[in-house]
Amino acid sequence: MRRTARYRAMTALWCAVAVVVFVCSTFPVYWMVKTSFQPNNEVRSRELQLWPEHFTLRNYETVLFDPGRTPFLPALGMSLVVTLATVLAAAVLAFFAAVAVSRFRFKSRTGFIVAIIAIQMLPLEAMMVSLYRVLDAWQLLNTAIALILVYTATVLPFTIWTLRGFVDGVPIELEEAAMIDGCSRVGAFFRVTFPLLAPGLVATGVFAFIQAWNEFLMALIVNTRPELMTLPVWLRTFLTLNGTTNWAAIMAGSTLMAIPVVVFFLIIQGRMASGLAAGAVKG
Amino acid sequence: MIDVETAVAPARPAPPARPRRRTGAALPLLLLAPASAVVAVVIGWPLLQLALLSFQEFGRAQVFGQPAEWIWFDNYVSVLTDGEFWAVLGRTVAFAAVCVVAAMVLGVALALLMQRLPKPFRVLMSVGLLLAWAMPALTTTIVWGWMFDTEYGVVNALLRDLLGLAEFDRRSWLIEPLGFFTVATIIIVWGAVPFVTFMVFAGLTQVPDEQLEAAALDGAGPVMRFRAIVLPQLAPVLVIATILQLIWDLRVFTQIFALQDIGGIRADTSTLGVYIYQTAIAGGEFGIGGALAVITMVVLMILAYPLMRNMLRSGR
Repeated sequence: MRRTARYRAMTALWCAVAVVVFVCSTFPVYWMVKTSFQPNNEVRSRELQLWPEHFTLRNYETVLFDPGRTPFLPALGMSLVVTLATVLAAAVLAFFAAVAVSRFRFKSRTGFIVAIIAIQMLPLEAMMVSLYRVLDAWQLLNTAIALILVYTATVLPFTIWTLRGFVDGVPIELEEAAMIDGCSRVGAFFRVTFPLLAPGLVATGVFAFIQAWNEFLMALIVNTRPELMTLPVWLRTFLTLNGTTNWAAIMAGSTLMAIPVVVFFLIIQGRMASGLAAGAVKG
Repeated sequence: MIDVETAVAPARPAPPARPRRRTGAALPLLLLAPASAVVAVVIGWPLLQLALLSFQEFGRAQVFGQPAEWIWFDNYVSVLTDGEFWAVLGRTVAFAAVCVVAAMVLGVALALLMQRLPKPFRVLMSVGLLLAWAMPALTTTIVWGWMFDTEYGVVNALLRDLLGLAEFDRRSWLIEPLGFFTVATIIIVWGAVPFVTFMVFAGLTQVPDEQLEAAALDGAGPVMRFRAIVLPQLAPVLVIATILQLIWDLRVFTQIFALQDIGGIRADTSTLGVYIYQTAIAGGEFGIGGALAVITMVVLMILAYPLMRNMLRSGR
């Protein structure tokens, strides 16, 4: 009897801690959204104000249409072009490579796998020195192509690795059965295996999307002209106006940039958690 | 170059010894060609260039067309004899170590907590952690920068009004290194804890209940059960999570760079990534920057080696 009472008290305590964790992990997100909808005089108030008193869309108006700032829409366009091109290129190229590694045995297969793993670990932070020089030599600085190329190459190892897992998961016997029923090998692959890979393609596509959308360092180095900036670099231009930092507008910009990523992240999180379990516990 | 999700190895364990097709080498190589070409051009070639650059005198003059001279190890010598480099390296390692320890301890604690929660509270906590995990690094940094703002920041207001700590009124966090790195650590740990928690929680679910029950019947207390049963089975997960965190934190760029932008001091706060940027991209010293980059890369690849071996074993 006493034992259950103690057990209940402990559970209540853990639940209380869980609520604290929830508040701590969501507070910055809440604060970002809250500030973005507040009028400037409330933002620039020294009183502790946990709830907004007035609600305004002016900050979004400022961010989107104020002619005095680096415009948002071209940056959004640039981000969309770069990100979607990366997703498409990475999905197609990774798909071919994953099929090759998973469905065939050939001489250089192990070498290729080793290369994928090693490249995945290379720090882009160190590569920037020569990447900048090389892109400059190819006259690709201040182009969308440079970013698409860099992002595609950097997400490819991971996307190949993940897709390979999905192709492995489709038993080859299914294809063989289809071939006995009269399908050609290519036909069997595209009619039987390919549809089963859809979740894998979605997962890797979303991964590539998040990477390309968030990437800051290369975007900062490669595209310096305002009309060619991606969203992270665009967001950064708001910070450098020191002294009169318009935090409400910055939070509106941050919210706009974060929304697509958060939404996509929540879509694939279930799959990522299970992948984590499979990949990590085996070792 | 991959962020949080690197550990997401194959989604399912592959069935062993599945028959594979043996055909002529042409088709698989054809399928690999496009991906290999892109990686070779965008990663391989610059990698080679990086090695070459690090052995050359390559500064502003060479950017504007002067031929680059081969000076072999001079760049490495000047990097390794520069006090600034060692200061940056020490700072980076110390910062990464603090972040990794904090994120691991908090992450494991939260995973253990999650295990003990009734379902609705577990879902609530997961949602909160996922939201933190999903936030882009740059926006996270900017939001925390705003929360730590000297004049109107909510952190100062909370400390002042809620806890009555008058010394936090108008406190400038970012203008001295200790305050700067306190904020940076909070930002990194806030973003990293969800990853550790979910990974460890996934590992915890693999520990068989029967073993724990048997140990409890034999009289083992909760601490004993954790040390003797849970910890050994969790060890691989903990090792992988620690190595990944360490690599990511040693590579930190966005958070430090953005915090410096928000109004933090630049002196005494740069980490290796930012230092390479300042030397090569902003300073035009590509030769020195190349040597710095090669050194950084070697250190990180050595750290990543156990992880890569593990991936290779699981992926053959």
